Amino acid sequence: MSSLPLVSTAAPGRFVPVAARARSMLVLERLSAIPKLAGVTPAARLDVRPAPQMVSSGVREIDALTGGFPRGCLTEVCGPASSGRTSVLLAALAAATRRREVCALVDINDALNPYSAAAAGVDFEKMLWVRCGHLHKSGSPQGRPSALLRAGSVTEKKNEKIEKPVEQALRVTDLLLQSGGFGLVIIDLGDTPLKMARRIPLASWFRFQRAVEHTATVLFVISQVPCAQTCTSLLLKVSGKKLSAVSSQLSAETSPAHAQLLDGLQVQGELLRSRLDRKPAGSVTAAFATKVQAG
Amino acid sequence: MNQSLNVLMPFACIFVPDFPVEALLRAEPELRLQPLAVLEGKAPLQKVFAVNENARRAGIDPGMTKLQIEACHDLVLRARSLPQEAAAHAALLDCAQSFSPRVEAIGCDTIVLDLAGLQPLFGPLPKIARALARRAFDLGLKASVAVAGNLDTAVLAARGFFGVTVIPEGKEAEQLGSLPVEVLFGNSAEESAKVLETFSRWGIRKLRDLAALPDVALSERLGQDGIRLQALARGVTSRTLVPVEPPLVFEEVIELDYPLVLLEPLAFLLGRLLEQLCARLEARSLATQELQLCLELQNGYQSDESAELARGLDPSTSLRAGGRGRPSPHGLFRRTLRLPVPLLDSRTFLKLLQLDLKAHPPGAPIIKIHLAAEPVRPRAAQHGLFLSPSPEPEKLELTLARIAGIVGESKVGSLELLDTHRPEGFCMQRFAPETFSSQRHRATEKNNPGFSFQLSSKISSVSPCLRGDDLVTALRIFRPPVDAAVTMQDSKPACIICPKNKEMQGEILWAAGPWRSSGDWWEQEGWARDEWDIAVQGETGIALYRLVRDRLNGRWILEGTYD
Repeated sequence: MSSLPLVSTAAPGRFVPVAARARSMLVLERLSAIPKLAGVTPAARLDVRPAPQMVSSGVREIDALTGGFPRGCLTEVCGPASSGRTSVLLAALAAATRRREVCALVDINDALNPYSAAAAGVDFEKMLWVRCGHLHKSGSPQGRPSALLRAGSVTEKKNEKIEKPVEQALRVTDLLLQSGGFGLVIIDLGDTPLKMARRIPLASWFRFQRAVEHTATVLFVISQVPCAQTCTSLLLKVSGKKLSAVSSQLSAETSPAHAQLLDGLQVQGELLRSRLDRKPAGSVTAAFATKVQAG
Repeated sequence: MNQSLNVLMPFACIFVPDFPVEALLRAEPELRLQPLAVLEGKAPLQKVFAVNENARRAGIDPGMTKLQIEACHDLVLRARSLPQEAAAHAALLDCAQSFSPRVEAIGCDTIVLDLAGLQPLFGPLPKIARALARRAFDLGLKASVAVAGNLDTAVLAARGFFGVTVIPEGKEAEQLGSLPVEVLFGNSAEESAKVLETFSRWGIRKLRDLAALPDVALSERLGQDGIRLQALARGVTSRTLVPVEPPLVFEEVIELDYPLVLLEPLAFLLGRLLEQLCARLEARSLATQELQLCLELQNGYQSDESAELARGLDPSTSLRAGGRGRPSPHGLFRRTLRLPVPLLDSRTFLKLLQLDLKAHPPGAPIIKIHLAAEPVRPRAAQHGLFLSPSPEPEKLELTLARIAGIVGESKVGSLELLDTHRPEGFCMQRFAPETFSSQRHRATEKNNPGFSFQLSSKISSVSPCLRGDDLVTALRIFRPPVDAAVTMQDSKPACIICPKNKEMQGEILWAAGPWRSSGDWWEQEGWARDEWDIAVQGETGIALYRLVRDRLNGRWILEGTYD
């Protein structure tokens, strides 16, 4: 009767002798003692990115829903026309100017109504309004090393081009974010056609996100549909729940038109995406109403 | 160092050798290593007025005609520029004034200042002398500086010795002895040719020879003039400094030999002028809030198109002599750059001027550049711990100028509502958020009763947010308004058709109005309108619009949407 060996060397990997195990442990210990490898942090021990500071959005219900708007992040509010996007924008603007922060509004369609802004409580001294809706001939000097001092020369005219408002807005936003120091930078894409809004390259949104990262700036975008996609840290969808006056008036056809009054909008906000917390299991919504100010 | 302590009432003299050359080199410092001659006179009879050291080594002397020096192929020729010399003299005065308020200008190239009492402030005399020379070099002037207990001795030493010289008290005659007698006359050596000839005949070459002559014999031969010259050579004169108070004028000029037609070389020259201006302002501990650029155009002529452009874009700041395409007597193009806060950064100024000139080109080649800065006290601001973030004024100005280049000057700024009920009753203003100091002041006022700030990681809003019920329904304005065709039914709009915006048209579900308003009927631009709030069923739901009927022309427009 032949005795079987305790450890078979013919099948490596199946059985590891005690001495070999000790050697491999030694090698591993030595490898881990090498400074280059010791400096590598295991994935499990990576630091969690600190939560961004939150600021008030100006709307209590939105603050309760999202915790406010995050600084150093891109926040997007989307919704169709008459859904209350601009009302939220003005509320955010008013809250920021009340905090004595300098704000900038890149108004692609030149749609801001100063009276609405004043009624919302926006401090105009603290708000930079950039109206991009007008076609402006961009002179070639930006791109050329040298420009002729004579205006209207043939070469100059050839190099002139008409910029689209969206292109203007992207360049302006770049400049504002690079300048720094703004508490709130708003891009208003509210009336921009969907076709044009979707054409904004994702690289631009990434650039904006990187520019505001680790700064105190809140980058806020309103649009009809989500545009910034994965660059958005907080995505909120608003929709007109019902038109408070309209709904009541629609049923009361008998009263004359001059006796009717538009009270305001009832808005429903839904949190579609938030990178700040865990993804909500279900739909998280909040409802609030806006009022029409006299005058 | 110990020697300097012996000087009881020290004076310093700053002397710029070859001053006309140095004045030109401030604008073109790259010519410093080349032989350079400054010419004076009208074209056929031009003569050399001044040369630099390299030209002197090449055998070029003042007084030679242009024809004589044309053989030297490396020689750079420039015409004498009196405005540039005046600017250099002002810079020299600024240099002296930055150390002492008691300053006397002996000539355009020689400045004397009283150093009494400055040693505790600036250190020992050699250190002050070196600092003076360095400051002059920063202002574009290579100067010799001498310090002595005697004003005239300081002047002679500065004229005679190159670099920095400190003469201890009691050793004036010994130190000045090695200088040639020509230094006694400075720039007026030609007028004193007779005296110099006499000295030459006597075999007197150095000041020590003159100082050793017997007083009485010298007086018999040359009179009181001889005694004065001998006292100067011995360093025993006593003269009171006559202080001058130079006006706070900061101007720099470049006269060009050839007209400039491109923006890039112009920016290059503007950069140098701005650096000089900022260095001068810094020497006087000042900053500027207004820059005035004046460009002299070739032949005083400008094209119709450029004149129209400037007039249309910014009539207040673009002042041009000459009308539409006519040759003007002056041919000047002026731009004024006003800043919200005092700044002292030449690169920021240059970029702002570049952006401004790109937007408003002069329209003709440039032959002379004049740049002036309005001096103001510098901004003293310090960030506070509890202040909200705010853009840096320098960066903000540049950003605004760049944005204005993209969207237009009138399309960027802050809002100001006008006292009127007219629609669009607002105007755009220059954006200038409050300065740090006022913010800080406000924060201090707030903090005085006691700290009430809470540093929270969650919502850090200082002000309470609006309650949902108080949110304002915003109106988005269509600029330009959307033309509409409206069908009325029972005196109220029933259907709206917008040929250019089909998503805004349809049956009107609900209408409120009209709200009638009018104004300015006493003027030509009177207005009268009826406003309706309407609800239209759109593709994505009910949309609310403001519909307006102009009662003066009966036109229907969609003014905006409630959102």
